[in-house]
Amino acid sequence: MEPATEPARGRWKFWLTTLLVFAVIGAAIVAPILRKRMTRAARLQQQSEEQARRELIQPVPMNPSDPRVKAELFWLSDEDSSMLAPVAVELPLSSDPVLRSKQVLNTLLAGPVDVGLRTLPPDAVLLSFYVLPDGTGIADFSEALATSIPSGIQSEQLAVDSMTHTLEANVPQLKRLKILIHGQEVETLAGHVDLTGTFAVNAGAGQSPANPATTPAAKTGALVVPPLTVTLGTVKLTQR
Amino acid sequence: MLLDVGNSRRFRFLGLGEGLLVVGAAVMAFALETPSQTQQTPGASTLPPASAATAGQSGPQASAGSAPGSQTPPSGLNIVVLDPAHGGTDSGARGTGGIQESEITLEFAAQVRRALEQQGFQVVQTRQGNDNPSFDDRSAIANAQRGAVFISLHIASTGIPGTARVYVNSDLPPVKTTNGFIPWDLAQARFLGLSRKLGDLVQGMLTRQFKGSPDTAQTATIRQLRTTAAPAIAVEVSSVVVNNRADLDHMAPAVADAIARGVAAFKPLYAMATTSGALP
Repeated sequence: MEPATEPARGRWKFWLTTLLVFAVIGAAIVAPILRKRMTRAARLQQQSEEQARRELIQPVPMNPSDPRVKAELFWLSDEDSSMLAPVAVELPLSSDPVLRSKQVLNTLLAGPVDVGLRTLPPDAVLLSFYVLPDGTGIADFSEALATSIPSGIQSEQLAVDSMTHTLEANVPQLKRLKILIHGQEVETLAGHVDLTGTFAVNAGAGQSPANPATTPAAKTGALVVPPLTVTLGTVKLTQR
Repeated sequence: MLLDVGNSRRFRFLGLGEGLLVVGAAVMAFALETPSQTQQTPGASTLPPASAATAGQSGPQASAGSAPGSQTPPSGLNIVVLDPAHGGTDSGARGTGGIQESEITLEFAAQVRRALEQQGFQVVQTRQGNDNPSFDDRSAIANAQRGAVFISLHIASTGIPGTARVYVNSDLPPVKTTNGFIPWDLAQARFLGLSRKLGDLVQGMLTRQFKGSPDTAQTATIRQLRTTAAPAIAVEVSSVVVNNRADLDHMAPAVADAIARGVAAFKPLYAMATTSGALP
């Protein structure tokens, strides 16, 4: 019995070793592939809420049946980059103030032909826009508006002014603009310009409100600090 | 710690929220003009450094030129509150070469401070190191002073390199005072006229040094200025995108000199506003 078991044991050892070698080689081949797949899956899982919303939000369609009008978009002036200049762009614009505001703001975000004259960061997205009965337009932007804009008084003020000027030129129904970042009120755009209040739009056209605290300031771009109750109401509205 | 609060009774604020209640309580204590114990509150942390110096304390923000033991506040404009913007985790504007706005503003502030002290002003800084007081804390330092202007220092991301722009706050709604209280959120409203005069004077001095800068001060909705109850401006130097940091460093002495000359030229206008009762 003894001589017969020795070769059998040796054979088993041989096959076991061979199997182990193949297993190691197989693992070495498969492991990187698995790792790649896991990394890809993890990256998909880590996709931010904002990215998800961005995918869900359909770009505002330009309806070709809408009348084509010459919209005025305000980007940086090519003569003096510390100022804004209007550019006439022919667009089919809706008569509905909400849709119209979305259309002109999206065109503003898309930027001019000369990308050096843009006022808003290219990766910023208008997440939503609605209008309150008192004529206050609420524009909710993605975080990129605050994180990608060059920080500074001049750059931030030009960004806000380009929005208020563009809305004023194209959406006469709006009286004020409130800017939110990802549904939230923020203290400043990127450390300088105040976003806690509303900005006057069409300041000269509207009737004077009953509450003097909400009187639009004389110039477009000036901040109107609303009374606390209005601010809270705005925040509550955006959290729905 | 005992504090002489005689210098700090001019402004009273109608607060919204607990932070403002703290400020209101502190101001009411000031109105009594009696030495009081400091409280461990954010409001107390922003009590006027000049007062601390008067009481013999040498805090980090103690200003130059205060007379120990003096009980009579000097009339007119005597104090400049310098605000090196940003700091701490907020670096502000950042250039591709690693230039950070928060560092440069602090270095500029040191030079501006020296130039102002040479003109005879006391200088109080809103920060001395790499920390980041809130907007309200910075305003509170200015709002606790009597006879002060507020100057916030910034370095831009944009603009023609080698230029400097002065900003004053955009128009604010008219303010109705209630029982003599000024709403904290609109503290700047009643100072806008004086802020524009100060801004134009400083801008004029800067434009002499830096060609291509505007002739007059610009307006912008600057969060820091809105809650400041004093003539207040922001000076923004272009820019962090310079290739060589030395380009910015070379600007600092001229910026400091222009600001000091501008404030000195503003001093008589401030005195006139004080005597005519135009100041709240």
